[in-house]
Amino acid sequence: MKYLVIIAALAGGIVTSLLPVPGHTAPPVLTVYTYASFVSEWGPGPAIEKAFAAECGCELRFVGLEDGAALLSRLKLEGDKSTADVILGLDTSLTAEAQATGLLATHGIDTTAVDLTLPWSDPVFVPYDYGYFAFVYDSEALSAPPASLQALVADKNGPEIIIQDPRTSTPGLGLLLWLRQVFGEGDSDAWRALAPRIVTVTKGWSEAYGLFLEGEAPLVLSYTTSPAYHRHVEQTDRYRAAMFSEGHYQQVEVAARLAGSKQPRLAQQFLEFLLSPAVQDILPTSNWMLPAVNTGTPLPAAFSGEEVPGKALRFDSATVRNHRKQWISRWLQALTD
Amino acid sequence: MAFLTLENLRFTWGEWQLEVSATVAKGCCVALVGPSGAGKSTLLSLIAGFEAPDQGRIRIDGRDVTDQPPARRPVTMMFQEHNLFANLSLYENVALGCHPGLKLSLDDRQTVEAAFAATNLVGLEARLPADVSGGQRQRAALARCLCQQRPLLLLDEPFTSLEPALRQEMLQLVDRLRRAHDLTVIFVSHLPFEAARVADEVRFMHNGRVVEQGPCPAIMEQPETPELRDYLQYSG
Amino acid sequence: MDKSLATGTHRLSLRQQGPSLPLWSGVGAGIFLLALVGGTVTVLLARFGGDVSPVLTDPYLHAVIQFTLWQAFLSTALSVGLAIPVARAFARRHEFRGRRLLLSLMGLPVVTPVIVAVLGIVAVYGRNGLLNQLLQQAGLSFSFRLYGLSGILLAHVFFNLPLAVRLLLPAWDRIPAESWRLASTLGMSSRQLFRFLEWPALSAFVPGALAIVFLLCFSSFAVVLVLGGGPATTTVEVAIYQALRFDFEPGRAAVLALAQLALCSLIAITMARWLRAEPLTPGLRYSARYRPDCDNRAGRWLDRILIVTACGFVGLPVAAIVLAGLRGPLVAVTLDSALWFATGRSLAIALAAAMLALGLALALAVCARHLAVRLRQPARADLILVAGSLTLAVPPMVIGTGLFLVFLSVGRSGDLALVAIALVNAVMVLPYAVRGVAPVLIDSARQHERLCAQLGITGWQRFKRIDWPAIRRPTRFAAALAGALSFGDMGVAALFDTSGAITLPVMLYHRMAAYRFDQAAVTALLLVLLTVGVFLLIDRGLGQWRS
Repeated sequence: MKYLVIIAALAGGIVTSLLPVPGHTAPPVLTVYTYASFVSEWGPGPAIEKAFAAECGCELRFVGLEDGAALLSRLKLEGDKSTADVILGLDTSLTAEAQATGLLATHGIDTTAVDLTLPWSDPVFVPYDYGYFAFVYDSEALSAPPASLQALVADKNGPEIIIQDPRTSTPGLGLLLWLRQVFGEGDSDAWRALAPRIVTVTKGWSEAYGLFLEGEAPLVLSYTTSPAYHRHVEQTDRYRAAMFSEGHYQQVEVAARLAGSKQPRLAQQFLEFLLSPAVQDILPTSNWMLPAVNTGTPLPAAFSGEEVPGKALRFDSATVRNHRKQWISRWLQALTD
Repeated sequence: MAFLTLENLRFTWGEWQLEVSATVAKGCCVALVGPSGAGKSTLLSLIAGFEAPDQGRIRIDGRDVTDQPPARRPVTMMFQEHNLFANLSLYENVALGCHPGLKLSLDDRQTVEAAFAATNLVGLEARLPADVSGGQRQRAALARCLCQQRPLLLLDEPFTSLEPALRQEMLQLVDRLRRAHDLTVIFVSHLPFEAARVADEVRFMHNGRVVEQGPCPAIMEQPETPELRDYLQYSG
Repeated sequence: MDKSLATGTHRLSLRQQGPSLPLWSGVGAGIFLLALVGGTVTVLLARFGGDVSPVLTDPYLHAVIQFTLWQAFLSTALSVGLAIPVARAFARRHEFRGRRLLLSLMGLPVVTPVIVAVLGIVAVYGRNGLLNQLLQQAGLSFSFRLYGLSGILLAHVFFNLPLAVRLLLPAWDRIPAESWRLASTLGMSSRQLFRFLEWPALSAFVPGALAIVFLLCFSSFAVVLVLGGGPATTTVEVAIYQALRFDFEPGRAAVLALAQLALCSLIAITMARWLRAEPLTPGLRYSARYRPDCDNRAGRWLDRILIVTACGFVGLPVAAIVLAGLRGPLVAVTLDSALWFATGRSLAIALAAAMLALGLALALAVCARHLAVRLRQPARADLILVAGSLTLAVPPMVIGTGLFLVFLSVGRSGDLALVAIALVNAVMVLPYAVRGVAPVLIDSARQHERLCAQLGITGWQRFKRIDWPAIRRPTRFAAALAGALSFGDMGVAALFDTSGAITLPVMLYHRMAAYRFDQAAVTALLLVLLTVGVFLLIDRGLGQWRS
């Protein structure tokens, strides 16, 4: 019988540990949906939480979802039952769809300080950082990286690459849009030419980058800011970004507040806070992206200045929304022929 | 000359030791009796080749077989149960005695058919072991022993699970076959009086040794050693 | 409770005697599963609308289903086909130093978290892996291409060959000792031994192994995503994942999930004819003292080669994981308290999932036993066990998403993440629990049924005194397996909030997403070690539970 007592105690312990503890209700809570790496201990999340909580006298609660695509799915899934006040981490290829849900409200703050090289004006979305997609290479494995997208695609004996799936990953989609920008209708041929040199197509950035670091391929699709991480944290100059002459596709990360939020003023205050130096200054070394606002603070030494390419490419969100399915099926066709 | 010779056979298993020196004449039928744990089955295992003795030699028909594997010894053995392979028909089971891969020549087939006739199993060749009675199964096992055509037949309590009338019938069948094919038989039984009715000799084992031996039925009526006397008293 | 027991003293036949409680427990478990699986799918279909016609007409989906079937079929054939000679080698070499250890090694892949194992496989067989480096040093121009169908097959064999070996090894326990002696006197060769003794015993176990391996390979997800190489190697489960992401078509995901379940059910039920519920024992009881082909020289070398190759095949990726972990910042990661909190949470979920799975498995097993032994309907009993195994074919993402919606409608979507994960994991590990418990329960019932009926031992007394001692060991083993699988599973954790109450596998993922791959390697090593630890903890248990 004592086994029964043990089992019962164990079961009770498990159940109570799994059930959530009811929180205290004193300060107002601002719920922000974002992606996992933002909210991890190395991301900007913890610092922002502390700084904002001090400023607003409220409690900031982050909800970490897998990545940007998951954010959009979650938004659609929850619909108007969502408990989120702010959604942070969508990128420009998803904004039109997000807006189409009708769940987002205009931000109502001043975004004139935002400088993204390409012009930006949007009443709903507030950009907080941006970056450029690039092929990162291992300088010990590849001494002469391709100098242009055209060169990468055309060279039959060129280096092999690891990329992500545009159906499940924002960098994957970014590469698709990049090729579309550069090659236009010729993107199918470009993909076909590239196909034999694609080592594998992973579901997300981390698997691809992990395989790249294992040496599975000399080139991986990542960001121009990836080498900065290695220089800053690992003190190595081994990994570099291949700069292409046609320009690089830009990814702008945005935040927005939900129309159904119970804390509209707090949400607005948070969006403003995102553009303040308190956040913008820490973004480079915590999120490894370029800050949207030039606060006067210089970028850390690890940022060589190469992170901003000569030419920036970007489709507007509505175009992406209208053509995404079609472009993806062209991609599918080209790679499965 | 003795057909089977066991020379100073010694076998140790943990704390227990077996020590036997014996001979068996050709064509003889020996009943090996004794209380459980006396070593009867172990002795059969040693003769058949499933265990290797620590010391001593085993000679069958003049040949030293101590180092030979069971398949090479002129011995065939029958157990209490699991004598047949459950998924093969009776015919196939018996035929395994002629060739372990079931590749039968014309002579082999005749041998098999004769064995079926000798054990009164004609008509049941196609049946599976599960579809025939216990007695029929043991008879099939006997038929296989016949097919193997080896001169020494060892039986380890093969009829214990059968009813008394059937047991007698089986023992008499063994006796008939023995005489017909001139086999030497050693069989283990825990029913000494029953065994004595069929056997030529009885050997009584106790604590790993053959304590007493003698012709039937004399030894049963006048046991010499106290151990045998006690044993027979309780075996009713 | 059946009133007839209390009042009907004239009901004496076995058929009518006894409560219908067992049947109700089975029905109850069935309803729970149906509600969880069917309910969540229905929720998705209801909310987002599901169109069945694309599944029937879209050529892309047809290609996906075809590829899924093909790779599952190949993987199963390879895994089980190769497992037979390896299991035979282990069975023949019944005592050598380290046999127990090597067999335990065979139990490792199934509990290793998939993504960790895949990275280990890449480290050995990838373009820059050990194999290709060796080939290069040998001067060969041939290099092994991992990504693609070959990679998927390799990974599946890595996971399932050891599992199949452990599923098949108990077959040798079933061969009576006399058969070996018999074969000995008959002078059977090695091949004849296999034909007459080993294969008949194996053939009872092979269908079960085939079924479970097929279901595992069919619903394979992480392996295909990393090693598939491209969109040409998409499986149904991957298509479901894609439908839930950018496309955001949960209705389509639900329809695909139903298609997968229907297909797998069809295959499993077809195989049920040949399935016999055989126990999932560690298979270590077998002793081949009288096996005639033990000492054959050629046989000995063959066995050595087989065992060494199999263990090397399994051990190399594991060694790669260990080495990668040891090279990383061990101290920093191990001393991180957040890691140990995450471990605690994962453990709590694992225990909850294991207990729930065991409870369901027991309910199903009791029902199956009632059908098989009391009502003499073994076919129906087998169907129940097949149904218990089918949950392998249910995509956890779909259940997770459906659960999320259900929680959302009650307004508790944020809080109940851990509960949802435990529920989904319980469903996921249910087949292992059923396989572990049901056959032993049925076997023991066959032995003791008449005695219990005669002595009037029923219900709780029977369970406590007769059934529990018989199933205690296999139950612990099944619970350990279930717990270990759940512990290392990332699965649906990503669907819910991963910031607050995170689990250990999610922590691994966080590290990878933040560029910290060296820390991720250490976390992966810790994850494997802890998973094995969880298994041992539940299996061997604390002192009082020793059987």
